[in-house]
This record gives sequence, C-alpha cells and structure tokens, in this order.
Amino acid sequence: MSASGSIGGTARREPHTPESTIGRKPDYLHAESTLRSWFLTTDHKRIALLYLASITGFFVIGAVAAGVVRLALIVPNGAIMTNDTYNKAFTIHGVVMVWFFLIPSIPATFGNFLIPLMIGAKDLAFPKLNLTSWYVFMAGALFTLVSVVLGGVDTGWTFYAPLSTAFSNTWVLPALIGVTIVGFSSILTGLNFVVTIHTMRAPGMTWFKLPIFVWAHYATSLIFLLATPVITTALILLIAERAFHIGVFDPAYGGDPVLFQHLFWFYSHPAVYIMVLPGMGVISEIVPAFAQKKLFGYRFVAYASIGLASVTFFVWGHHMFVNGQSDLASLVFSALSFAVAVPSAVKVYNWTATIHKGALRLDTPMLYAMGYIGLFVLGGLTGLYLATLAINQHIHATYFVVAHFHYIMVGGTVLAFLGGLHFWWPKFTGRMYSEPWGRVSALLIFLGFNVTFFPQFILGYLGMPRRYATYPAEFQLLNVLSSAGATILAAGYLFPMLYLVYSLWFGRKAPANPWNAKGLEWETSSPPPTHNFLSPPEVPRIPYDYPIQAQESRDQHG
Amino acid sequence: MTPSHDSLQLWPAAVSATATETDLLILAFTVLTLLLTVPVFVAITYFALRYREGSEADRSPSGIRSNLIEISWMLIPFLLTLIFFVWGARLYVHSKNPPPDAMVVEAIGRQWMWKFQHPTGQSEINNLHLPIGQPIRLHIISQDVIHALYLPAVRMQVAALPDRYTDLWFKADKVGTYHLYCSEYCGTDHSVMGGEVTFMNPGDYQDWLTHAGAQQGKVAAGRALYEAYGCAGCHEPGSAVKAPSLAGLYGSQVKLTDGRTVTADDAWLREKILNPNGDRLAGGGKQVMPSFAGRIPADELGTLIDFLKSYSAPAAGKAADATPPGATR
Ligand code: HEM
Ligand SMILES: [Cu+2]
Repeated sequence: MSASGSIGGTARREPHTPESTIGRKPDYLHAESTLRSWFLTTDHKRIALLYLASITGFFVIGAVAAGVVRLALIVPNGAIMTNDTYNKAFTIHGVVMVWFFLIPSIPATFGNFLIPLMIGAKDLAFPKLNLTSWYVFMAGALFTLVSVVLGGVDTGWTFYAPLSTAFSNTWVLPALIGVTIVGFSSILTGLNFVVTIHTMRAPGMTWFKLPIFVWAHYATSLIFLLATPVITTALILLIAERAFHIGVFDPAYGGDPVLFQHLFWFYSHPAVYIMVLPGMGVISEIVPAFAQKKLFGYRFVAYASIGLASVTFFVWGHHMFVNGQSDLASLVFSALSFAVAVPSAVKVYNWTATIHKGALRLDTPMLYAMGYIGLFVLGGLTGLYLATLAINQHIHATYFVVAHFHYIMVGGTVLAFLGGLHFWWPKFTGRMYSEPWGRVSALLIFLGFNVTFFPQFILGYLGMPRRYATYPAEFQLLNVLSSAGATILAAGYLFPMLYLVYSLWFGRKAPANPWNAKGLEWETSSPPPTHNFLSPPEVPRIPYDYPIQAQESRDQHG
Repeated sequence: MTPSHDSLQLWPAAVSATATETDLLILAFTVLTLLLTVPVFVAITYFALRYREGSEADRSPSGIRSNLIEISWMLIPFLLTLIFFVWGARLYVHSKNPPPDAMVVEAIGRQWMWKFQHPTGQSEINNLHLPIGQPIRLHIISQDVIHALYLPAVRMQVAALPDRYTDLWFKADKVGTYHLYCSEYCGTDHSVMGGEVTFMNPGDYQDWLTHAGAQQGKVAAGRALYEAYGCAGCHEPGSAVKAPSLAGLYGSQVKLTDGRTVTADDAWLREKILNPNGDRLAGGGKQVMPSFAGRIPADELGTLIDFLKSYSAPAAGKAADATPPGATR
C-alpha cells in the first residue's frame, strides 16, 4: 500500500506516522501470558480472541461435514454412504454452521473487540458477564458435539416436530440442550452491547457520529434480546415433549406440529439478520476506508439497520407458504417480505455510490467487500423469488433455497467476516498479513463459491428437493459441478488459515493505522493497551472523516 | 415408463397452464433482477478501475442531492417488485381454489411412501396415474411426521401434516410421466420417498383403472410396500443381513426348525410377517426379523402377499410397469 500518491481533486492522503513505542505499557496481548490470565480475563479484546479461536474450530467442523455432503452427492444413488450417514452429515453441518458459527461470528469476535474501541470506552459495560457468555457458549457447543460423538443427529438444523420429538432414534436431546444453552450466550452478549452503546460512549460521541458497525451491532443486539427468548421457549418445549411426551407439537398427544414451525421461524427469520446486519456493518467500515471517502448516505444506512431489525420480525410466515397456513396470512407475509428487501437494497447502492469518485485501493479487505456485494445482491434478490407466492410453491424446499441462503449467509456473513478479519488483523494482533496471499484467497473464495452454489439455483428450479441423499440421474452433472466448486472453495478457506497464523510470528509489525482509516479504533496502538487508550481519544467532527467528502455531507450536516 | 433422463436439461417440463404461467413469471422476474443488478456490477467494476488510487479521474463533488437519490432508488425497485408480488399472489390464489368439479384423489404420506386412492377405490403406492384435461384435487394427510407432496411438472407442492388435511389442485393438459417427490425432510429415507406421476388420456386412464390399475397396479403397489417396509433391505440378494430371498417362495415347500414341512401359502406368509419368531420357524438362518404386527394395515398386508405370489425371478427390476400400451408420453 503506498502511503501517498497523487489522487485527483483536492484531497491528499496524509502520510502516516507510526507512533512511538518507547516507554509504552505492554499491549493487551502481552500484558500477562499465563493460561489463567486468558481463561479468566475480563478484557473484551481477549474474550474476542477466545471467541475467534472457538468459532474457527466450529467452522472447520462444519466445513468437514459439508465436504462429506458434497462428496456423497457426486453419485446419484448414494453409493458412497448410507442415507442415515448422509442425513447426519447435513444435520451437523447445519447445526454447527448456523448456531455455532454464523450467529456468534461477527458480533462475538469483532463486536466484542471493536465496539468499546469505536465508541472510545475502556471495556464493555459488564466485563464479567462477557466472560460468562463465552463459557455459556462453549458449554452449549460441547453439549451438541457430544451428540455427534455418541452417534449423531438426523433431524436437520430446523428440528421440526414430530420428527425430532417422536420419530428420530438419534441423539436429539443433547443437540437440543446445546442449542438452547447457546441462546443464553446470545442474550448476554446482546444485553452487554445495548447497555454499553447507551452508556459508555466517549464525551462528544453522539449517536450520529457512531460508525455504522456500531449501529449494526445495536440493531443486532435488539434482535438477540427480543427474538432469542422465543427460540429458547420453543426448544425447551421440544425437549420436554421428547423427554416426557407432553402434547405441545405432536398430534399423537393432541399437539400442533405447525406451532413449532411458527415459533421456530419467529426467531429464525430475524436470526437471518443477526447474521447479516453485522456483516453489513463490517462492509460499511471497509468500503469508505479503501475508497478514502465518506460513506454515502450515512444516516439512511443507520436508519436502514434499525428498520431491517424491526421489519424482520414480521416476515416469518414466508417460510410456511406451503405448510397449510391460511391464504390470507400468506398474502400478508409475502407483501411484508417485499418490504424487507428494499432497505437491504439501499445499502448495496450506498456502497456503490461510496466508491464513486473515491481513491480506491484494491487490497484484500476491499476485494472481500466487493465479493460480498456481488453475492449479497444475488442472495437478496433470489429471496424475493422465494417471497413471491406462486414461485415459492415450486422452489420451496428445493436446491434453489439452498443456493439462496448460502448466497446470503456465506456470501453475506462469511465474506464480511473474512474481509473484517483482514481489515482489523493488524489491530488484533499487531502484525500485517501477506497481501499477495490475501488477494489470492479472496479471488479463490469468490470463484469457488459461485461454482459451488450457482448450479444449485438451476437444480432447484429443475425440481431437485433439498436434504436428498439420493437423486434422479439427470441431476448428476450439476451436482458434480457443485462438488468441484466446493473443492476450490475449501482451498480458498485454507489459505487464510495458513498465512494468518504464519503472520503471528513472521508478519511485519503493524502501525497503529495501516489503512489510513478513520474511526477511534485506529487512534490507539496496534495491538491496543489493556484499557484501550492511553489518553482519551478525540472524537472526530463527523463520522467517516475521510479526505474525499461527498457532496452529501453538506446536505446532511454529517 | 420413466421420466426422460436427458443428461442436462435446463428447463423442467410443464404440464399445466399454471405451470406455464409460473415459468413466465419467473422469466420476467429474472429480467427485472438483471435490470437491478447488472448496473450495480458494472458500476462497481468500472469505478474500481477508474477511481484507482493515483488515477487521474475527476473527483470533484457531483452536486447531486443525495436525499433525492436515496428516495428514488428505494422507491423505484420497490414499486417494480410490487408488480411481481401482485402477479404471484393472483396465480397463487387461483392455484388455491379448486373448481367444484375436481376429481378428488386421496394421498397419504407415511415414512417412507405415498399411498394414493382413486375415487373409484383403486389405490397405488408411490406412483400416481391421472387423467389429463380434468381438474384434480389431491386431498393430503400424513400418518406420522410432516411430509410434503411435490410435483415439479405442475410447479406445486404442499405439506402433508399429521393432524389436518391439505389440498393441491391442478389440471394437466399433456400426457407423460414425471417425478413425484417428498419435499419436507422426514427422516432416513426421505430421498427415496416418491416415484412417478403419469398423466394419461381420459380413455387410457379408464382402461388403467379397470385393468392395469386393478391388476398390475396391485403388484406394483405390493412391490412398493415390500420396499417401503424395509423387506427388500434384508431379503434382496446382496443385503448385509443375508435373509433368504423371497423370490419364488410362494407355493414352495419350507422346512421348519422342528423338522416339519409346510407349504408357503397365504396363511403362512401372513404369519411369518406378523409373528416371525413363532413356532413355525423356518430352518436355516437366525431369526432377526422384527414383527410387523400392528405396523401393516390388513389391506396392505393383502397387497404385499399378492406381490409375493407373483414374485418369481430375483431382482426382477423396479416396480412392474403399470402403464398399459397406448399411454405413452
Ligand atoms: C438477508 C439475509 C437472508 C438470509 C441470511 C436468509 C436465509 C435464509 C435461510 C437460511 C432460508 C432457509 C430456510 C429453511 O431451512 O427452509 C431462507 C429461506 C427463505 N428466505 Fe431467506 N434469507 C435472507 C434474506 C431473505 C430476503 C431478503 C427474503 C425476501 C424478501 C428472503 C426470503 C426467504 C424465503 C421466502 C424463504 C423460504 C423459502 C422456502 O423455504 O420456500 N430471505 N432464507
Ligand atoms: Cu417424507
């Protein structure tokens, strides 16, 4: 990255002066190095790294299960493994990826690390609660993994009753208990963020000076707090029904199986935004930094975060158009789903407009961000296909849905996660990663992803149902293509794991602000000292105070 | 008669007017999608190249009022997509209201098979024969978990719930044989729960009902039960359990463990299925077969035994072809 250079117009990038390290207190990583100091830490930054290590581990487990699934689908008749093994593989893939990777990923790692830094605070409001939530998370995850060790679960990550309560002979209870426990961790994290953002902002850090990352996490935390108790209730009822045969969901005991679907999606659709909003927050930091330009439509994007978090509670019924729901309900849920798509679209156009007339650097985080925009747009618009009633009747529960939510969740969450990881890696670790390898990984992942998942839109439209261990022979070609793509994708994931770890020992030492980025987290050293700032940070005049200002900062007075 | 298995087909067959209109809706939606996304992709690529750091591009403020842009780029896509909401909703409401003269076929889902019963009483398993040119209403329920009946050729599916009836209606106007699936994950053999739907000319359908439906259809149904209840999993050659083959068993002499010999007739088969470890145990293999008492309803037991009667050659291929000549696609 060249630190200066002629960039048209009047703006000029200020050369960066690395701050002196002489006589400084040790940073948070080196302050203490015993295991005890890590496992009993109340420093939000260390807790963030505990989460980072854990969710990376879960991602690997989920990815291996995905590999098993793609391997099985190379042949149509399921010759490679039994249907039972296949079902267990896709179940554990879904359970681990959704509950133990996607939902905690960005909030628990980047959110934990960055929110206090970004608002100029010393820590989160409740540091001990923060550590507790990590232990709760790990306890839940281990519970669920026990079920895998014992022999697996075959209910799918959605745990629909009465399959899960009365008909499955697998280890459903430990899996359910684990997922229930993890919910409490989300609630604690959400609570901590909301209180922190309300009460611990540095003097002068008004709401409309907060980075979009913080807005996005505020909105996410509201979903954590309002929606998680619903899934917790539903899962506890499911556990009770499986253990004691109470008739809540199982018609054999007078229950209603559709009730479970309502409770499940009342949480799980908003959960989609738990996965997506933090990713949008990350992209809203990366794009301005690499365009050196203020985020276009800052206020609109902030409002859109809260708007999305609110409307998302009213569209759960679009998962049940073909499940015996009344036609009127379906019409209403379909219409409301169209209304969610719009604020999502707004963000994409804002990022594009931010790049316009910027001074662009195509470093790894920016490559990931651009990949994100492409995949997210496709994922979002195919969501509209699903929300269209007549189309849903055909592609519901087919591979079209699988492709759609992977574009949203992998495209949206994972690419934002990796982009953010590269962007803040110097801040987290005090080291620079290898830029050329970073670019290779971003390109491989984008390519591998599309080869894997695009064919699945076609498969779904042709009528291949999801969760199929065997399939008619005419679908083989597209399935083989998809599995080949998954191989490229796997390589793409492997690269960052290698060169990022390598950089911990051999990477160049990072300056406080390697990207010339704005935001308080870049005002302190890399890695930051234990209490984040040595002297109180100076809150900027406007958010995203980059050299190239768009016209709109005049329109909207920041 | 199996569906055509072209190695790479890019458009699913459509057999009803609703299916054709659904395709049109999807095509039009795709055009809109391209309209909304291609400019973004082109713009991002173009900006990324033109505004690279150090390039000589003009970066003076453009003077466009951003509030106006924001509002227009929110409103225009929203209004455009609303057209599709209305279109999709109309089609959906139409597809939810069957005409009163529709022919009602009962469909029952169960781990892991579909049973269909025609208005005239004939029933079949996993396969479904229907006349064209006549509105059909499938009246669907499940006996255990949630399943879903999916007919891609008419672009429709609906859940089979264990506690209430759901409906699916359509009017096919092209003969042919197409896939029929279970599309709601329902446990181990979810992916093999299904078969084929065959649309026939009304005359051929009547023929099928009187001849094939009653005769061959019954054998095919028995074969499907033989597979659905897991008999095939143990008794077919090559299975891990190595249970004796049942092909050609009917009418043969069976030696029992206590030395007696019996004829494998209806009564003996019936007893072996319901009470495999009773006193009339066949000699040879260990008894590992589970009892099916209470699991197989009486009518299905009859169908199953009818199949065993006609089951002569081992591995005689999939379900006997129940389609009479003339009912080709
Ligand atoms: C923004 C991030 C989004 C994520 C992470 C996401 C994720 C998902 C997931 C996981 C499913 C599969 C559920 C299952 O297992 O059956 C799904 C289905 C669905 N999504 Fe999305 N989605 C997102 C956006 C949207 C949007 C914007 C819409 C519509 C405006 C939408 C509409 C739907 C519909 C209607 C279904 C049900 C499909 C069906 O089962 O027929 N989604 N989505
Ligand atoms: Cu099923």
